[in-house]
Amino acid sequence: MKVLVAVKRVVDYNVKVRVKADNSGVDLANVKMSMNPFCEIAVEEAVRLKEKGVATEIVAVSVGPTAAQEQLRTALALGADRAILVESNDELNSLAVAKALKAIVDKEQPQLVILGKQAIDSDNNQTGQMLAALTGYAQGTFASKVEVAGDKVNVTREIDGGLQTVALNLPAIVTTDLRLNEPRYASLPNIMKAKKKPLDVVTPDALGVSTASTVKTVKVEAPAARSAGIKVKSVAELVEKLKNEAKVI
Amino acid sequence: MAILVIAEHNNGALGAATLNTVAAAQKIGGDIAVLVAGQNVGGVAEAAAKIAGVSKVLVADNAAYAHQLPENVAPLIAALVKDSGGSGYSHVLAAATTNGKNFLPRVAALLDVDQISEIIEVVSADTFKRPIYAGNAIATVQSSAAVKVITVRGTGFDAVAAEGGSAAVEAVSGPADAGKSAFVGEELAKSDRPELTAAKIVVSGGRGMGNGDNFKILYALADKLGAAVGASRAAVDAGFVPNDMQVGQTGKIVAPQLYVAVGISGAIQHLAGMKDSKVIVAINKDEEAPIFQVADYGLVADLFEAVPELEKAV
Repeated sequence: MKVLVAVKRVVDYNVKVRVKADNSGVDLANVKMSMNPFCEIAVEEAVRLKEKGVATEIVAVSVGPTAAQEQLRTALALGADRAILVESNDELNSLAVAKALKAIVDKEQPQLVILGKQAIDSDNNQTGQMLAALTGYAQGTFASKVEVAGDKVNVTREIDGGLQTVALNLPAIVTTDLRLNEPRYASLPNIMKAKKKPLDVVTPDALGVSTASTVKTVKVEAPAARSAGIKVKSVAELVEKLKNEAKVI
Repeated sequence: MAILVIAEHNNGALGAATLNTVAAAQKIGGDIAVLVAGQNVGGVAEAAAKIAGVSKVLVADNAAYAHQLPENVAPLIAALVKDSGGSGYSHVLAAATTNGKNFLPRVAALLDVDQISEIIEVVSADTFKRPIYAGNAIATVQSSAAVKVITVRGTGFDAVAAEGGSAAVEAVSGPADAGKSAFVGEELAKSDRPELTAAKIVVSGGRGMGNGDNFKILYALADKLGAAVGASRAAVDAGFVPNDMQVGQTGKIVAPQLYVAVGISGAIQHLAGMKDSKVIVAINKDEEAPIFQVADYGLVADLFEAVPELEKAV
C-alpha cells in the first residue's frame, strides 16, 4: 500500500527561541531549522512499514516555504521514495495545511497517512485530526504502536491514564507520539542518493486550496520571567523555607 | 452568546478538567451548556448539572459514544452547533486533555473553522493567549470565526465549584456509529496518589534516579506530602516509569503549588510542562544544571541522601 507522510520544517528543538523586540513574533533569522521531531518519527514508521513489506511506496509531503525542500530531502534520505512540496511562504494555520494535504490525498490515494502529533513551533496538535475530518477517514492520534492487519490498522494510543487501542478501517490517518519508535539517521550515501529522487513543487492555488485564516496573531510576548531563586545549604533549611517562607507544606 | 463545553469523563465520573474549562467559559461570558457524550452517563450528567455557572446539560447517551471515538463524537458536536442556527453557540470549548485534543480539531474542521489550542487566558470573547514554542513565547490570537473552537489548558484557570448549580438536563441525539473505528481495549495505570494534573504538590524524578526501583524514595516522599509523582522524558524513555507520568511539552502540563524536581536537569521540553508551578524546588548534584535557573529553592546535593532526609523532615 501507499503511505503518505507529512513533514514540517521548524526551528530546531535545541534552539532557545527569542521573541522579537516589536512583539511581532519570534526571531527566526539565522536560526537552525530542522524536521519537526514528531515528523521524523512519522517518516521512520513509514520506512519500517516498507521494510516489513506492508508499504510499497512512501510519499513525503510538506506544506511550507521553498526551504522546506531541505526537510523533504531528509525524508528522502531516510527512505521516502518521492516528495511533494506545497509551496507557500505565508504562515499557514493547521486548517489550511490540512486542506492542502487533503488535496494531495485525493490525488495520491494513500491507504495510510502518517503525521506527527504536533509541531514544536506552534504546538497546535490539530493538523492530523483536521485532515481526518476533511477526508472522512478514521484517526489514530498519539500512536505508540501501529499494526496493519488486512483492511484495518490497530493503533495503540497514549492517553492521559495509560494506553488505549483502537481498530481503524483503512484508509486511515495516524499521528505519532514520541514512543512510537527511535528515528534513524540518514547515511551519507543515502543523502547523496536522495538528491536524485523526484521532488515535485505545487502551489495551494494550483490545488484549488484557500489558505485564508480566521485566526490572526495580534502579538507575541516573552513569558513572565521567574524571579531568581536561592540555593539552600541543607535539607533542614529547605524544609524551613518551604514551611515558613513559601508556606506550601 | 452561548458556549458549549464538552465534558471530560470516563462514563463513570466527571473529569476535574471540566471545571477548569467551565471557568474559562465564564471568563468569555454567556450561557454555558455542557455536553456529556458517552454511554450510561446519567451520573456524569447529574454531576455536570451541579457545576456552578452551568445553565444547561445536554446528554447524548449512546453506545456509539461510549469511548468518545472522534469519528462518532465529532459529528455529534458539529451537528449540535450547526442545528443551533444563527443564535446558537458562539464558542465550543473542551479541556486540552488527550481526549479533548483528539476530537476537537476534528469538530473544527467539520465546521470549517480554525481551532485555538491550549488557551491560558481569555483577553476578550474573541481574543486569547496561548503558549507557543514549548512555552518560550506567549501568543495573543484573535479569531473572526463565527464559531470559536478552543481547547483550554486546565492549569491556566482556577476550577469553578463542583457544587451549587442546578442546571436542567436535556437528552440530545446525534449521528449513529460512523463504523470507521472501534475500541479494542485499554490499559490504565493504577495509582492511589492524586492525579498529576490536579495535584497541589508534584514530586518528579529524572534520569538522575538511576533506575525504576529508586523511584520508591520519591513515592515515600510523595505519600508524606500527599503529592503526585511525575517524571522527565529521560526517566520515561529509560523505562523507569510509565509514560503517563511524563511532565513536559509532550507529556502533561502541571502547575501545582509546589513542584519538586529531583535528578532532573531542566531541558526546555521539561520546563514547558512545569514552569508555571508556584514554587519550584530542585535537588540536583550538578550545580550548573539549568533547572536551578527556574527553581525558587535549589539544593545541590546527592538525591539519594537528600530525598530520604527530606522525607523524614516533613
